[in-house]
Amino acid sequence: MNIRKIKSPLDESEARSLKAGDIVTLSGDLLTARDEAHLRILELLRAGHDLPFRLEGMAIYHCGPIMRNEGKWEVVAAGPTTSARLDRLAPELIRRCRPRLLIGKGGMSSETLEAMMEVGCAYLAFPGGAAVLAAEALPEVLSVHWEDLGMPEAVWHLRAEDFGPLVVAMDSHGRSLFKEVEDTVRKRSVLL
Amino acid sequence: MYSSSLIEETVVRLLREAECRLPPDVHAALKHALEIETEEMPRSQLMAMLSNVDKAAERSAPICQDTGLPVFFVRGRCDHRTLESIRKGVARATQAIPLRPNTVDPFSRANFGSNLGEGMPPVHLEPAEMDHLDIAVLPKGAGSENWSALRMLNPSEGVEGVRRFVIDCVVKAGSRPCPPIVVGVGVGGTADMACSLAKKALLRRLGSRSGDVTIADLESGLHMQINSLGLGPMGLGGSTTCLGVLVQKAHCHTASLPVAVSLNCWAARKAFARLYPDGRVRFSQEGFD
Repeated sequence: MNIRKIKSPLDESEARSLKAGDIVTLSGDLLTARDEAHLRILELLRAGHDLPFRLEGMAIYHCGPIMRNEGKWEVVAAGPTTSARLDRLAPELIRRCRPRLLIGKGGMSSETLEAMMEVGCAYLAFPGGAAVLAAEALPEVLSVHWEDLGMPEAVWHLRAEDFGPLVVAMDSHGRSLFKEVEDTVRKRSVLL
Repeated sequence: MYSSSLIEETVVRLLREAECRLPPDVHAALKHALEIETEEMPRSQLMAMLSNVDKAAERSAPICQDTGLPVFFVRGRCDHRTLESIRKGVARATQAIPLRPNTVDPFSRANFGSNLGEGMPPVHLEPAEMDHLDIAVLPKGAGSENWSALRMLNPSEGVEGVRRFVIDCVVKAGSRPCPPIVVGVGVGGTADMACSLAKKALLRRLGSRSGDVTIADLESGLHMQINSLGLGPMGLGGSTTCLGVLVQKAHCHTASLPVAVSLNCWAARKAFARLYPDGRVRFSQEGFD
């Protein structure tokens, strides 16, 4: 298997060089954000406020981790959550914050893909449930924001080290592996 | 009877085993999926899953960060005190393992941090005069639970209607419940019973053949058909979409045919304990039947 290594933060051309079907590993910064964080990010930006962290060029990880604090924070288990839950909020967030990578599981809608194409952002799928594999590749907690949202919903700023396998499942050129597989599945299901 | 501390202790151990070790039948089914898979993409997903299972067991860490809601099934001499001991065990396990605090108020989303709440955890008590007490736990993550479905079929739709509904549910859920999935199906009863049956079905051992011929044929037929869809591990395409189909039934109203579907992710976690009055406890991850 040919696995490419990428580093976050990334610039637009790097993000656009990722093609659906590539398998990569990621090193560098990533920030977790789920439903509540997405809501708060948009609330603040719509009201004209700044965020306490930077998302431009970054990787956003759809993940609600289990964390442990024995003197300092460490990641216990951190697999991806279902990205589709964020479809309602993601297009606006992508356009406003310009992240270069979204990491999650299960893929996202065509509206989200459209925003990704505009901005130059790729969607990377990590195997759902592989939470310990992910935790091992997230050796350092750089900071935590919005702990009041609770452990899974807070924004955890983490450092990744060869985090993967990440499948480029949706690219900035409009291709979505999930959509392609889904279309095949639908056609086959009618015949059963 | 069974002491409160014994039940509490048992619940902590049950949750630890269920959360950190994949049951042997599920593990074998995943390995088999890797053996028969020829494409690189699905192989990469299955290898990551299997490697994750080994790491979780080594470290005694939860397989998945969504440690779910722990759904309990209890059978034997049990009552409100059993329920209270289970609740204490869940709160302790949440700290000790640790589990992710997943239980929140549905409106305010307020989280007590203990995995306890109004009506939570769900405990199905089945009082029975037996010389032992069986407690099973099925930690259920939201990724799969969110694709649960119920349909009140017209009785004339029969077994074919059930088959069609299950396939439609799997197609609709697609990549989101973390395939390869285990498909639990509840047929009959009332609407609420069908949902419970579907969940209870997920406790059965994969590969166990139902003694009911109609059910056994429905299970093997659906298993084959779902795998012919090509959805594959994590919905990225491949030969294995489901690890098994398990159907449970109950009698129902002559004018009804309820059918419920409960999907489980590939990390299909479960653990069983059998308590004896003298304080002995046996543990298993495949059940005692």
